[in-house]
Amino acid sequence: MSHADAAAAHGHDGGEDHAVTFERARFGMWLFIASEIMMFGAFIAVYIVLRMSMPQEVVDYSKEVLSHTFHLALINTFILIASSYTVVRGVNAMSKGNKGHCEDMLILTAALGLLFLVLKGVEYAAKFDHGIGPSHNVFFSCYFLMTGFHGLHVLIGVILLPWCAFYVEKFDAHHYAHVENLALYWHFVDVVWIFLFPIVYLL
Amino acid sequence: MSDEHGGHEKAGIFRTYVWSTNHKMIGKQFLVTSFVFLFIAGFLVLSLRWQLANPGKPVPVLGRLIFATAEQREKAPKDIADAEKELAAAKDDAAKKKAQENLDNANKRAAGLGAVNDQQFIMLTSMHGSLMIFFVIIPILVGAFGNFLIPLHVGTHDMAFPILNAASYWVFWLACVFAIAGFAVEGGAASAGWTMYSTLSELGGPGQTMWLISLTLVGFSSIMGAVNYLTTILKMRAPGLSMWRLPLTTWAQFITAVLQLLATPVLAGALIMLSCDRLLGTHFFTPGGLMATYVPQPHSGGNVLLWQHVFWFYSHPAVYILVLPAMGMASDLLAVGARKAIFGYKAMVYSITAIAGLGFIVWAHHMFMSGMKPGLGTAFMISTMLIALPSAIKVFNWLGTLWRGSIRFDTPTLNALSFVSMFIIGGLSGIFMAATPVDIFIHDTYYIVAHFHYVVFGGSLFAVFGAVFFWFPKMFGRMMNPMLGKLHWFLSFVFFNLTFFPMHIIGAGGHMRRVQIGDYDWLAPFHSWNVFITHSAIVLGFSQILFVFNFFWSMYKGKPAEANPWQSNTLEWSIPSPAPEHNYHVIPEVYNGPYEYGVAGDKEYLPQTEKSAGPPAAH
Repeated sequence: MSHADAAAAHGHDGGEDHAVTFERARFGMWLFIASEIMMFGAFIAVYIVLRMSMPQEVVDYSKEVLSHTFHLALINTFILIASSYTVVRGVNAMSKGNKGHCEDMLILTAALGLLFLVLKGVEYAAKFDHGIGPSHNVFFSCYFLMTGFHGLHVLIGVILLPWCAFYVEKFDAHHYAHVENLALYWHFVDVVWIFLFPIVYLL
Repeated sequence: MSDEHGGHEKAGIFRTYVWSTNHKMIGKQFLVTSFVFLFIAGFLVLSLRWQLANPGKPVPVLGRLIFATAEQREKAPKDIADAEKELAAAKDDAAKKKAQENLDNANKRAAGLGAVNDQQFIMLTSMHGSLMIFFVIIPILVGAFGNFLIPLHVGTHDMAFPILNAASYWVFWLACVFAIAGFAVEGGAASAGWTMYSTLSELGGPGQTMWLISLTLVGFSSIMGAVNYLTTILKMRAPGLSMWRLPLTTWAQFITAVLQLLATPVLAGALIMLSCDRLLGTHFFTPGGLMATYVPQPHSGGNVLLWQHVFWFYSHPAVYILVLPAMGMASDLLAVGARKAIFGYKAMVYSITAIAGLGFIVWAHHMFMSGMKPGLGTAFMISTMLIALPSAIKVFNWLGTLWRGSIRFDTPTLNALSFVSMFIIGGLSGIFMAATPVDIFIHDTYYIVAHFHYVVFGGSLFAVFGAVFFWFPKMFGRMMNPMLGKLHWFLSFVFFNLTFFPMHIIGAGGHMRRVQIGDYDWLAPFHSWNVFITHSAIVLGFSQILFVFNFFWSMYKGKPAEANPWQSNTLEWSIPSPAPEHNYHVIPEVYNGPYEYGVAGDKEYLPQTEKSAGPPAAH
């Protein structure tokens, strides 16, 4: 199939324009997020069940360990909230055709994500220094699973954001589904953290 | 197609057959891959059936190669020779007796070489189940037919995200590699049952890890597919094609995609947690103070039952993923075969939706024997029995569709009729196990095996046979051979029932599943039943060669197909066979529902692209 063919088939023949493909891509992203919610939902449900049956001394001890790095988690929460703001600024700039500002904002968002990961790394290292890993007890199994998977999602975002910023130049004003989808994804990652922070660190 | 695209460069073999983003090619890739796995999984189960009928005897032909190690094969004749030498050298009676005993033992070992041992037996059941579910039925129903039919049925050129679609196949392919590689690792493939209940799955060899990786990849492939299907169905329908004008096949694929989108990630989460338990030493599903062969395990403090909950939270909806698309396709086949509109089209859609919705709140009925509060058991019993309602609505609607139809007894219709009748039997036996007290009696017996084979083989697989025969012309531009098709249907139908119906009887008689006969005296009275079932299963297995032969032979030698060989109304039949590369040269305009058969006037059927009043619309 040559590109000319593909263009004929997908672009003009059926009367599909950018607005349609944009809408489609965004819909697909929402579906993907729905399935992601179910996966994190499974982790959180398992955590709730295990937490309910945990002996009180295990909970007390684990909370005591976590409290040493609580400030890092708190700072991280603010970092992610700030990064949600910057990514919205990026989408907003793109929709107004201000590509330069969009690029800046995407890069800034990625930088904030990276900062989050660094602080997360410091937090993990503090645990590992005391020999506390995923196999330490049930609480830390859940802790490392949930924060680890969230961290993995942040990492994917940190890779995709600059990659998208690199292509922003080539998008036209009506064809920036990538930017918008990436922003959706980034918001989702933030929201997951907004749930994880209270159930892991506060409760 | 060559007329329309003449003069353009043609895609190379790699782009056409391997890295294709065309939904029809991806559908065919899924179809052929699943056929391969159908035969692998079929071979696994025939070996274990052989063992049930012939305890201790080696599996013929391949048994020595597969179920005995090279070391054992070399050692056996040496042992016999050694024992013979010893016997010749023996001086007194005592030494002779001992040497004779040694020789007898060596001979016995050599004769039993190639028999399935207990560990291999449970591996065979586990892998038969896993492969049939995740690598045969789901990929055929959803991967092959979902991919092939959805863009055709909604009247568009391709899926919403063609590259994601190709990725979904290749991730599935990677999963296949891991599934097969599992057999090659030390200790063999996964052997904790397809349900992988903790703690057995926590302790098994590396084959378990391979299984976990493979299934996680299948899950990702499913999710990618589901995103594609939902977007395509909701956002890319041809003008005039409202949701209420979609064929039931596509409706069923739509609901199935919702199940896949929302249930599969829970399985992925569960598999990831189990993998963490095995690889990182976390404690999600392991009990505290676990001992295995007198050695304390480093795990402590998780919850064993939790695995069953998260596993069945996915796997019960998965049961409906295994049958809903088949229901949709059987509906289409029956309407075309009976030349009548589907009876109660909207009721069919609502009942599919109800089955899918209820499917999310019944999972613990798999766990009646695992222990739960009786009140909770009752709640799950009631929600499970509620599923009988929408299922019965569907069955009565199929019967209503057939009622006073002028039924064509061709291969697709015969297979669809088999689907309905077998689904009724499977559904009725399902009600028995929904009732907690009855389930406690028949739990883990062959009654269960009979039940789910009636639904998944008798139901889904017969619908698949019919659907392959029905849509083959649109896939390959040729008809499959009807004589071979009917012969295959007849043999499959008869020997399917001879294989699985007796399982109800031995199951109710207390024959446990997943056990070797040799170990248990109380299974001896079932021996003649087991022999009968095994012989039927062997014929059933070999009948499938007819189908595969017909499939590949017809691909090259079959009668060339016209555009609409079944006089069907749905959109895909308005274009030539095989379907052109981009399906529709011009996106069709849709005027009718999909089941306008027996309409007034000189036309016996009314394609969706034709206006009902006046002359057919010009193309």
